[in-house]
Amino acid sequence: MLQKIYDWIDERVDITPLWRDIADHEVPEHVNPAHHFSAFVYCFGGLTFFVVVIQILSGMFLTMYYVPDIENAWRSVYYLQTEVAHGQIVRGMHHWGASVVVVMLLLHTMRVFFQGAYKKPRELNWMVGVLLFFIILGLGFTGYLLPWDNKAYFATEVGLNIAQDVPIIGDELKTLLSGDEEIVGAQTLARFFAIHVFFLPAALFALLGVHFILIRKQGISGPL
Amino acid sequence: MSEDKRPVSRRQFLNYTLTGVGGFMAAGLMVSPLRMAIDPVLQKEAADGDLTNVQLAEGDITNEPQRIDWEIDQVDGWYESKVSKTAWVYKDDNGDIVALSPICKHLGCVVSWEGSEDYPDQFYCPCHDGRYYKDGMNVPGTPPTAGLDIYEHKIKNGMLFLGKAQPREEA
Ligand code: HEM
Ligand code: FES
Repeated sequence: MLQKIYDWIDERVDITPLWRDIADHEVPEHVNPAHHFSAFVYCFGGLTFFVVVIQILSGMFLTMYYVPDIENAWRSVYYLQTEVAHGQIVRGMHHWGASVVVVMLLLHTMRVFFQGAYKKPRELNWMVGVLLFFIILGLGFTGYLLPWDNKAYFATEVGLNIAQDVPIIGDELKTLLSGDEEIVGAQTLARFFAIHVFFLPAALFALLGVHFILIRKQGISGPL
Repeated sequence: MSEDKRPVSRRQFLNYTLTGVGGFMAAGLMVSPLRMAIDPVLQKEAADGDLTNVQLAEGDITNEPQRIDWEIDQVDGWYESKVSKTAWVYKDDNGDIVALSPICKHLGCVVSWEGSEDYPDQFYCPCHDGRYYKDGMNVPGTPPTAGLDIYEHKIKNGMLFLGKAQPREEA
């Protein structure tokens, strides 16, 4: 049955080459942990992506309950955490995943660094990787405010004060992030929500796309 | 008919015009969204001529800093609320009124006058032992990097009115 559906579509739009391009290629021996166990270091990139996918999925489901309003944000998180079946698990995935992404990202970066895999012709992908690093830190920073508890509030106060210390544009940057010159409040929460859930994920997808296309074009770097 | 000079081909011409028009439309599309996003930065500073009566008579201000609490109506976009404010108020040796913000210039804790028995005649921050002299200047060698902010103030009908706390001019 499934085969029939596949054939029916394939006959019309010829999708076989498409998915072959994406998924069907050899894994070189030197990156395969089944051959050399030490090749597990090559997994960190994929693991980073895997956790990012978890963040996106759990985040999407969290937005079914979360409201970005200072009167209700904390209560909505409390509700989803304590009253909604499995809410605790989904929030837990997102909460712990946020730290795990950063750890995986650092391990991946260290592998690329210590293997010198960033060297010509892969410099561009290193740069894209650095941007991805900032995007993910940005997601962590903006997400942290959303539960709107004391820890969230004061962490954001500190983060905004750090932004304010940027030379020349510091004051403007802080206002742009917080939505008000002095108050960290209703406008800040709305902004951080928009940035966390729309702006940064959009940038993340675009950069991940570039990252992966470059990997396919250039192949994985050779053995040491 | 035969032109020997063809600086721009039909294809090029169409490419340029379509890219130009397309780019113009795309840019036009983003004007309003971007202007909306940066609106808070371009808001001119709220003309805060509003100083609040903090219910302290001028005659009650002494040479000893005293803690004054009052409430202001804060407008945060669409959200209005009452927010409490605090100041340390006294008259200096010239008889001028001084109203200091209690927010520590190190990491933002709250300081109190003679908050530590070990340091009489100073403002003390419990978080990292930050200290300030009576005039609000930070004691060198303690964590704060600047003097306490100073509230704008005025006296009307014998009552003290306070406005916004302003950072000191760098000396
Ligand atoms: C790499 C990607 C992401 C990272 C690192 C990240 C990080 C975070 C962090 C640190 C928090 C605070 C969680 C807590 O304190 O318990 C949070 C909350 C939240 N995030 Fe994300 N996030 C990511 C992607 C997303 C996406 C794609 C969405 C939605 C489409 C999303 C929606 C939310 C929501 C609704 C909350 C508030 C609920 C809560 O605090 O538990 N996140 N995020
Ligand atoms: S916050 Fe006052 S000394 Fe650190």
